[in-house]
Amino acid sequence: MPAELVLQRLTKIFRGRGKPVVAVDHVDLEVGKGELLTLLGPSGCGKTTTLRMVGGFEIPTEGEIYLGGQRITHLPPQRRPTATVFQSYGLFPHMTVFENVAFGLKVRHLPRAEIRRRVHEVLQLVGLEGLEDRPPGKLSGGQQQRVALARVLVIRPQVLLFDEPLSNLDAKLRVETREHIRRIQKELGITSLYVTHDQAEAMAISDRIVVMNRGQIQQVGTPQEIYLRPANAFVADFIGRASFLQGKVVAKIGEETEVELNNGVRLMIPYSFAFSPGEKVKVVVRPEGVDLVDPQEACDLVGTVVLAQLTGALAHYRIMLDSQETVEVEVLGALEKGLLAPGTQVGLRLHLKNLHLLPA
Amino acid sequence: MTRKRVGAGITRPLFCLSRSRAVQLIHDPVLLTVIFCVFALIGLLVVYPLVRVFTASLFQRGAFNPRYFLYFFEGRPYLLRPFLNSITVGVLVAVIGTVVGFLFAYAITRTNVPGKSIFRWIATFPIISPPFLLALSAILLLGENGIITKWLFSRFGIRWSIYGLPGLVLTETLAYFPLAFLTLEGVLSGIDPALEESAMDLGASKLRTFFRVTLPLATPGLAASFLLLFIRSLEDFGNPVVIQGRYPVLTVQAYLAITGMYNLPLGATLAILLLVPSVLAFMLLQFWVGRRSYITVTGRPSTAGLQTTEPYIKWPLFAGLVTLSGIILLFYGMVFYGAFTELWGVNHAFTLDNFRYVFSTGASYLVNTLKLAGIATPLGGILGTIIAYLVTRKDFPGRRALDFLAMLNFAVPGIIVGMGYVFAFNTPPIQLTGTAAIIILVFIFQRMPVTIRDGIAMLQQIDPVIDDAAADLGAGFFRAFRRVTLPLVAPALVAGMAYMFSACVTSISAVIMVVSAKWQLVTVALLHEVDNADLSQAAAYGVVIIVVVLGTIFLMDFLVRNLLGRWRHAR
Repeated sequence: MPAELVLQRLTKIFRGRGKPVVAVDHVDLEVGKGELLTLLGPSGCGKTTTLRMVGGFEIPTEGEIYLGGQRITHLPPQRRPTATVFQSYGLFPHMTVFENVAFGLKVRHLPRAEIRRRVHEVLQLVGLEGLEDRPPGKLSGGQQQRVALARVLVIRPQVLLFDEPLSNLDAKLRVETREHIRRIQKELGITSLYVTHDQAEAMAISDRIVVMNRGQIQQVGTPQEIYLRPANAFVADFIGRASFLQGKVVAKIGEETEVELNNGVRLMIPYSFAFSPGEKVKVVVRPEGVDLVDPQEACDLVGTVVLAQLTGALAHYRIMLDSQETVEVEVLGALEKGLLAPGTQVGLRLHLKNLHLLPA
Repeated sequence: MTRKRVGAGITRPLFCLSRSRAVQLIHDPVLLTVIFCVFALIGLLVVYPLVRVFTASLFQRGAFNPRYFLYFFEGRPYLLRPFLNSITVGVLVAVIGTVVGFLFAYAITRTNVPGKSIFRWIATFPIISPPFLLALSAILLLGENGIITKWLFSRFGIRWSIYGLPGLVLTETLAYFPLAFLTLEGVLSGIDPALEESAMDLGASKLRTFFRVTLPLATPGLAASFLLLFIRSLEDFGNPVVIQGRYPVLTVQAYLAITGMYNLPLGATLAILLLVPSVLAFMLLQFWVGRRSYITVTGRPSTAGLQTTEPYIKWPLFAGLVTLSGIILLFYGMVFYGAFTELWGVNHAFTLDNFRYVFSTGASYLVNTLKLAGIATPLGGILGTIIAYLVTRKDFPGRRALDFLAMLNFAVPGIIVGMGYVFAFNTPPIQLTGTAAIIILVFIFQRMPVTIRDGIAMLQQIDPVIDDAAADLGAGFFRAFRRVTLPLVAPALVAGMAYMFSACVTSISAVIMVVSAKWQLVTVALLHEVDNADLSQAAAYGVVIIVVVLGTIFLMDFLVRNLLGRWRHAR
């Protein structure tokens, strides 16, 4: 995939009244043509600032931004071929839906008929035909979101920027809308940079995900890579849930790695990690990568239930091991099986394929 | 210019940051041009005139010669007296006005006295009407031929004169206590009633609660109100020029030095003597209000919580409110009465002659005032909004400097602004004295701090993302401003412009320096009538000014209601 958008050593330092804040710290990134790349991280991690620098709303303290080979680092927003869907949409409250969508075309001095045609086309695409004459204040949140989307699509930008576009919608509409956005993005093949703090949204919508924390990139990868092989404890913990067990690599045999846990239990993980025998590691255990069985049966670990909660279809348990380490476990179908009571002794069977190792 | 690497040092030199902002500006030539023009305007029309006042006080015929400052420090009375008098009046007005304003505010926020909205309405009257009208009224009542003066003499044989310190304190207190009232009303209604309730809940008496809880919480507000009134009294020109008598104050003496004696260095020195305390008070005000926020302001004024109903607190306060409102009404009523009398103090028969006079001889003054104010208002309103937009929404080198310089005239007494214009634009290359342009410019730039403050308040009501979106979709500075920002602030801008128009119509202190035979204004004409002791005709001018101001505000109200309707459905 040829790189369309390139960020080089991108840095932003905010100087307010207090101490200067390094919001974005030397970020290097390439977004491929037609790719949807998501910046994911907790609030204050620098993802929105990065996006705003690409859009031209913030000026980088250091570093460069290239779009299609052109340096755009210092261009004002109106001279960049980028377009943004804002978190609060930024719709013009004094204009109708039609006028909102037509704004970018009027600015470009397109002929009236052309504007009319393209606005209707894009309103059809986002499913808003018939609402042309409404002011945005008279629309539902989901409809407003689609006006914001139509308004940027209509100017056919080289890069689409999404700044947490779904955070003002309720949970159900969020899922529906993200599918809608992804479908249109793929159909039109627009290079997109997407910002969110919702890891499920990021997993569902992205070609690749960039996990950020404290202004720095933690990991770049496909959703599977990020989930299955997190680069560090922050990513492992931020993407989904994870428990960590202390251990040590004892052997590497072909494409397999053998690990010994604190209590002497040895596990054979079918993956070649970059650790040499003798190195201390953290074993990352995903809550769905554990089966709970009768402690008398064959199992990898034994522990006691200390917390049991029913969250709909899933039962959530916290298991205390003899090593005083805890493991979070999620089990499907708890309604039929019944919830285990705290204090119950259980055996844990680990899905070896899902285990991951991080430096201790 | 040394450049450190960022990773290690958060301590990057500041100019590197502004360099990157400057680089973006180069890519946005329109914005760059706008910023440059605004800087040029502010530099030429705010900073340069002030600089000329300073140089005029320090240099004579090109040589450094601060002789009037030396005379001042030697204690020559014609410099020292006005200075001490101005400070004395300022302190008295500030103290009395703050106390009166506090009692007014306390009565309205903390008791259930009847007729609150009427009292509040009457208290705002001195703010929107020309303040020197109170001095005129004081003379109608208490001057040589005043109604009360004559009555006192005929009944008790008392001879008494309002001119001088008593008149100054009386009129300025009446003119400016409403500012204290509005400030303190905000402060008092911002104090969470739960604090006072819990004090009493813990066993404190009402009196103890007042002195130990309410008053300390209102202290920053009291200080702010004191400083505000001190500044306003120092820079007042309209009242003292009418009523100072043998008690000269700085504003009037500075004016007389320039226009009466043509002694520019003396006038400029008096101006600087006026500027120093007023700027100091302004800085203190910024410091105080900026540093100590009213800690318990919750943003949800809840006066319902705690309202005294004890008759021994409520009724004395009520009596105070009635008396004060009565005095204000009496003062303004006297102007109306005076406007319809033959010859004040001699023949009080009803007549319309004064209005015939105002609408014949004074017609051109009235037309001038309306015309010039009408030109200045939209220009000032738009320019103020543009500067507010630049300062709040754009990031560019010198943004803070622009903010500071544009607000400078808030701390500079009007008489000094006017004097600066005379000094700066009396000779080529920019010769403006005697023209309409100089009056319009004085109107615009003396009012600039208020229009900018209004503009900032307007913009704070609008999500900045809307501006981002306009730029993002390709709109440059002017299109974004005209198509998006301006329509959204329109209702507030109309309101702001109505007040600006009223302020221009009633303004006196700065424009009196720049009016000319050809371009005379109605406020100046009023003062001339007072000078000639034609009080009835002066009163008629006053009535006309009040009618214009009220008409403007009602028209604005009507417009805003109808304009707002279009945006009601908007978010």
